Amino acid sequence: MSDVKAPVPRVRVPANAKAGELIEIKTLISHVMESGQRRDSGGNVIPRHILNKFTAAFNGKTVFEAEWHPAISANPYQSFFYKAKESGEFVFKWTDDKGAVFEAKSKLTVA
Amino acid sequence: MISRREFLQATAAASAIVTAGGLGPLGRVAAQQKLSQAEILRFDPLGKLTIVHVTDIHAQLMPLYFREPDINLGVGDDRGRPPHLTGQAFRDYFKIASGSAEDYALTHSDFVALAKNYGRMGGMDRIATVINAIRSERGADNVLLLDGGDTWQGSWTTLQTKGQDMVDVMSALKVDAMTSHWEFTLGAERVKEIADKAPFAFLAQNIRSVEWQEPVFKARQTYERGGAKVAVIGQAFPRTPIANPRWMIADWEFGIRENELIKEVADARAEGADIVVLLSHNGFDVDRKLASRVKGIDVILTAHTHDAMPGVLKVGDAILVATGSHGKFVSRIDLDVRDKKVAGFRYKLLPIFSDAIAPDAAMKAMIEKIRAPYAQDLSRELARTESLLYRRGNFNGTYDDLICNAMLKERDAEIALSPGFRWGGTLVPGDAITFESLSNATAMTYPNCYRMEMSGKQLRDILEDVADNIFHPDPYFQGGGDMVRVGGMGYAIDVSKPVNQRISNMTLLKTGQPIDPARNYVVAGWASVNEGTQGPPIWEVVQKHLADVKTVRLEPNASVKVSGA
Amino acid sequence: MSLATNSRREFLKTGSLAMLAAVLAPHMVMAEEADVKAAIEKLYAGKSMASGKIKLDLPQIAENGLVVPVGIEIESPMTDGDYVKAVHIFADGNPLPGVISYKFTPDCGKASASARMRLARTQNIVAVAEMSNGSLFTAKQEVKVTIGGCGG
Repeated sequence: MSDVKAPVPRVRVPANAKAGELIEIKTLISHVMESGQRRDSGGNVIPRHILNKFTAAFNGKTVFEAEWHPAISANPYQSFFYKAKESGEFVFKWTDDKGAVFEAKSKLTVA
Repeated sequence: MISRREFLQATAAASAIVTAGGLGPLGRVAAQQKLSQAEILRFDPLGKLTIVHVTDIHAQLMPLYFREPDINLGVGDDRGRPPHLTGQAFRDYFKIASGSAEDYALTHSDFVALAKNYGRMGGMDRIATVINAIRSERGADNVLLLDGGDTWQGSWTTLQTKGQDMVDVMSALKVDAMTSHWEFTLGAERVKEIADKAPFAFLAQNIRSVEWQEPVFKARQTYERGGAKVAVIGQAFPRTPIANPRWMIADWEFGIRENELIKEVADARAEGADIVVLLSHNGFDVDRKLASRVKGIDVILTAHTHDAMPGVLKVGDAILVATGSHGKFVSRIDLDVRDKKVAGFRYKLLPIFSDAIAPDAAMKAMIEKIRAPYAQDLSRELARTESLLYRRGNFNGTYDDLICNAMLKERDAEIALSPGFRWGGTLVPGDAITFESLSNATAMTYPNCYRMEMSGKQLRDILEDVADNIFHPDPYFQGGGDMVRVGGMGYAIDVSKPVNQRISNMTLLKTGQPIDPARNYVVAGWASVNEGTQGPPIWEVVQKHLADVKTVRLEPNASVKVSGA
Repeated sequence: MSLATNSRREFLKTGSLAMLAAVLAPHMVMAEEADVKAAIEKLYAGKSMASGKIKLDLPQIAENGLVVPVGIEIESPMTDGDYVKAVHIFADGNPLPGVISYKFTPDCGKASASARMRLARTQNIVAVAEMSNGSLFTAKQEVKVTIGGCGG
């Protein structure tokens, strides 16, 4: 079963923060996360196809990483925290089993 | 109608003779006591603040009979503790005389005789009288009226108006805030629509959007009453998406959310609240556990499990109130608030004896108007009963036996499954079974009566799973109402065992043969939580059955053998 | 209000009350607890683990076995000299033991993250946290997966 639609990432990051403020970053991406555990009506195993890695970098430096296994739900959600220091840009990346990378960016202004 | 109060007092005296045989000497004395509105309302006030609690009304606008359970087992730490007491144990614990008005209101004992003696209970017009009386005694600015939920479900009129009848009634009563459970079976959109427009606050700290984990409803509201800042935090039934159709509220996630509650309590205090009230639909045992773990709550108004207790229970500093169901009771608690603390309190569970309390004229007119378009349907007599028909009890209720019999026959099934709902009124022998009575036991938004094949193993898995939802020793892992009612099949249950070890001796009653895990059985049931369930509404199935039998006579149901209690 | 005669005998083999199938993922080979132990062993062979510091944020009862929130927070100052390096989360009743692995940095400020997982049945969630000084902590919590219904 191949994806009909390309994964669409969405992120919720505050646009502004004070220096030293702890902010919560929430991300979502549309994806079936085919576990490789299911069988089709013909009894054949549906091959695994998941997003297996999520990374978040700020101003080029990786700050948080998640490795996802087939137990992760479809349309995966990931939230984590970041301590604001300076203004800059987040780059979020999702990588699938075939090596395709999907990306989202978000600017943060630190007062 | 004018002479209702006199009628009751006359009946109370006269019926001591009528029912003397069933009541015994103590009962006779008790029954001769005058049951007057003034006596019911009598309260020695304390402090300045009064909180009035109603809950689990299940849309009962009119007075009704409601028999309390004869079996209500507690497990784990809750075993044998109030409110898990019935009959004599309940009377002993709360020092209630056998045959007294309180005995009738709070236990199942001698129900038929006492029902004749003391009459129906509840009625929103009587509740309006009681609330108005408390407000005028204390001053409206000193009274906070809170509704624990399960208000917009359980009657034909509320089903037909999608809860609007009860929303209008509760608005007219000037309810300050409510929380919720069965309301969600009207669907997310309807609940949101009402919550956004209603003059009362719809509070639920424990609901989040599935997508972004954001609060769906307001968590709390602070009221200035009796010179105190009272923060009310709402706690909706945490297991709604498990116990009821999740597809109706697919975008919402529930749960107890203890951590978030701890934060709400802290925030409320930080914002200057003198006292914190949890308006909860957790169920009593969950609230008792929660009270021992979440500090800083002064009063927990419990709901869901329909327990009525004539006294409060204290867990640490928290006062737990249990107000019962179906409009049978109103709780009044007076609080003496000093230095951001409850320095003293006084509590009374007010029984709403419908023949003793005069109906409030405005509310009475409103109810008549609400019911008028449906009056003909509601009063339609479907059959008569020679048996006591009731719902409550952990394993069976005779009303459920009737529903199961109807499903077995009308759906041509070997086994019938009927959910262990706690709502629905009681009928005494000789009563007409009207469409209103039937709809009080069945009116809901997913009433389809399915017919399907299930293997013996599936049946067993269902019984085990439901049993674990009721008898898991940790209340945080409990999730349901009473045990699923079974027709056509008997079984034994050891409530003290862990999951998958409680159920044994499943037997097909028709043949006396053990249920074969590998065989398929034809099963009829209703109130499936799955979307797209097909079949006629359950009330149609039961109506058809009643039209055939005309008179209901039920044999005592001994098909469930209980041990380990 | 009478029953249609054709509704009396129809069978519903799918849809209604297929409650079991709705939550229990079909055709799954159940992993045993040993698999989680083996998975941990593979990462941290022979190392001792302490309890504490980890707070799992899980529902007692899953509302939907296909979407179960799994949150974690580890007590740590999250400074350059003392922070949570990695967290691994396992499930002992799924076909495969692994759920998710996190790598935190001091920039996170707080070692806390949340995701959603599939649970095939009632089972334990096991978390292991590796601190920057190499010390390990573990925590375990059960999540009940139920067929539901009958709420009263």
